[in-house]
Amino acid sequence: MAEVIVPKLEWRDVSKRFDGPQVLAGLDLAVAPGRSLVIIGGSGQGKSVAIKIALGLIPADSGQVLIDGVDVAGLSAQDHAQFFARVGMLFQGGALFDSLSVWENIAFRLINAERMPRREAKARALEVLGLVRLGSHVADLYPSELSGGMQKRVGLARAIIGNPEILFFDEPTTGLDPITASAINALIRDRVSSLGCTAVSITHDLASARTIADEIAMLHQGRIVWRGDAHELDTTDNPHIRQFVDGRADGPINADV
Amino acid sequence: MVASAQVVDGPDSGPPAPAAWPDRLLSPFTAIGAGSIVAAASIGRVALFAARALRAALTPRWYFGQILRQLYAIGFLSLPVVGMTAVFTGAALALNIWTGGSRFNAEEAMPQIVAIGITRELGPVMAALMLAGRVSAAIASEIGAMKATEQIDAMVTLSTDPYRYLIAPRLLAAVIMLPLLTLLADIIGIGGGWLVGVRVLDMSPTIYIQNTWDFLQNWDVESGLVKAAVFGFIVALMGCYNGITAKGGARGVGRATTQAVVSSAILILAADYLLTSLFTRI
Ligand SMILES: Nc1ncnc2c1ncn2[C@@H]1O[C@H](COP(=O)(O)OP(=O)(O)OP(=O)(O)O)[C@@H](O)[C@H]1O
Ligand SMILES: [Mg+2]
Repeated sequence: MAEVIVPKLEWRDVSKRFDGPQVLAGLDLAVAPGRSLVIIGGSGQGKSVAIKIALGLIPADSGQVLIDGVDVAGLSAQDHAQFFARVGMLFQGGALFDSLSVWENIAFRLINAERMPRREAKARALEVLGLVRLGSHVADLYPSELSGGMQKRVGLARAIIGNPEILFFDEPTTGLDPITASAINALIRDRVSSLGCTAVSITHDLASARTIADEIAMLHQGRIVWRGDAHELDTTDNPHIRQFVDGRADGPINADV
Repeated sequence: MVASAQVVDGPDSGPPAPAAWPDRLLSPFTAIGAGSIVAAASIGRVALFAARALRAALTPRWYFGQILRQLYAIGFLSLPVVGMTAVFTGAALALNIWTGGSRFNAEEAMPQIVAIGITRELGPVMAALMLAGRVSAAIASEIGAMKATEQIDAMVTLSTDPYRYLIAPRLLAAVIMLPLLTLLADIIGIGGGWLVGVRVLDMSPTIYIQNTWDFLQNWDVESGLVKAAVFGFIVALMGCYNGITAKGGARGVGRATTQAVVSSAILILAADYLLTSLFTRI
């Protein structure tokens, strides 16, 4: 028998509903330390909400989120701040600070939370800017002067600076050309394989999912309808996965809506 | 009550049945009742927010760079607006007091009355109302837009408390700068009265100043500055509160901005009366 590993991150029976229909209906999902999980699923199925609940940005109606086996809801404000020191998050919309330049965005954590001197922080930001394939000439631009794909990569740079243990990427390659996208996929993969980070990514891009993921889970109607190793994506006969992978309009996903 | 209100208000319910009349007559009262419940709830929320914001403003850690930036944006950039307002207010006040006072031969007391009116009341209130329009709106729209685009959430994930980074600097800057702006408004406002006195009413420039100076007491100015600090708190608080509670994209931000201006203006005037009645009891 394999030894029991405490998951790095676990959603336990998490439910959430806004004014409309149930968004999450008993979500159960876990990621082991040093693994990369990709969540796929139709638009509006609650993938982004699941991540924001894990980060404590949105309260769950019921259920728990455990980090290293500890319920984050029970953390004191101090512990919660320490929790965020170990986490990096790329928001779906980038969420860059539009009053700060690109490098100040990337270095925000270093300057404001870790109190690193600005010169040093800028040097670090420029390094990471290179990792996401942006030239140093964008460092002094403001987010509104960047294209959508560039903003995404700045958001990614801001998430990975300081090497957090747990990384969340909400659609990291959306809006990128195929070449840049594969470079970003490789970067995310490298964070997990070389630095031992735990990553949770959301993507609609199956090529990206195949590169990034150790494991893939499919969220549909508030629950996980399939979960398996990345290579099983093409061999499973799960009807949800088959329909999603083949991109057919008819099937269980259509029928459920 | 709810059902009948819907009948009365429904667009396609036809002419109201006679039985609906009593309810209809009462509906202003139900509206006021419902309104006061909503108001009480939001007073509670504002109070909780204020407590949290105050704690962030009064305990370390402080982001001094942000505080400086806000001192500049709230204080320095408001100088022209406050100055213009003060000079015209002082000038108009002087004319009014002069004509009013001439009915009972009291026009000679105009400089003293202008000085009291400006320092105790109009200086702080006009400066604060200008900041309600300029600063409260700017704070609400900036923070509201940051909320709508998830920048506030992003800040949290970057281990930085938005209450300390965004809200505390604005509160501190407004509480520090509004008294300074008021002091300036006092001087410029009295200057406006002096201009009218000297240029329009042919008073002696030195006697005008003499009268003002001899008559004015420290507390006239000080009480105005205390008021101004309270108003500064109100301006920043309502801007931040409405910004951070903004919901629903650009429209929500627009609504938050309007709310910030209206609520801070009303609160400023209410606080003005309360403080004045407190101060005049001394
Ligand atoms: N703050 C919110 N308030 C109200 N409803 C919300 C909020 N956030 C998300 N929702 C609702 O929750 C549902 C799931 O949203 P979510 O953003 O998680 O979808 P998603 O799976 O990430 O979709 P996509 O792939 O398009 O990004 C949607 O129906 C959305 O309307
Ligand atoms: Mg999403």
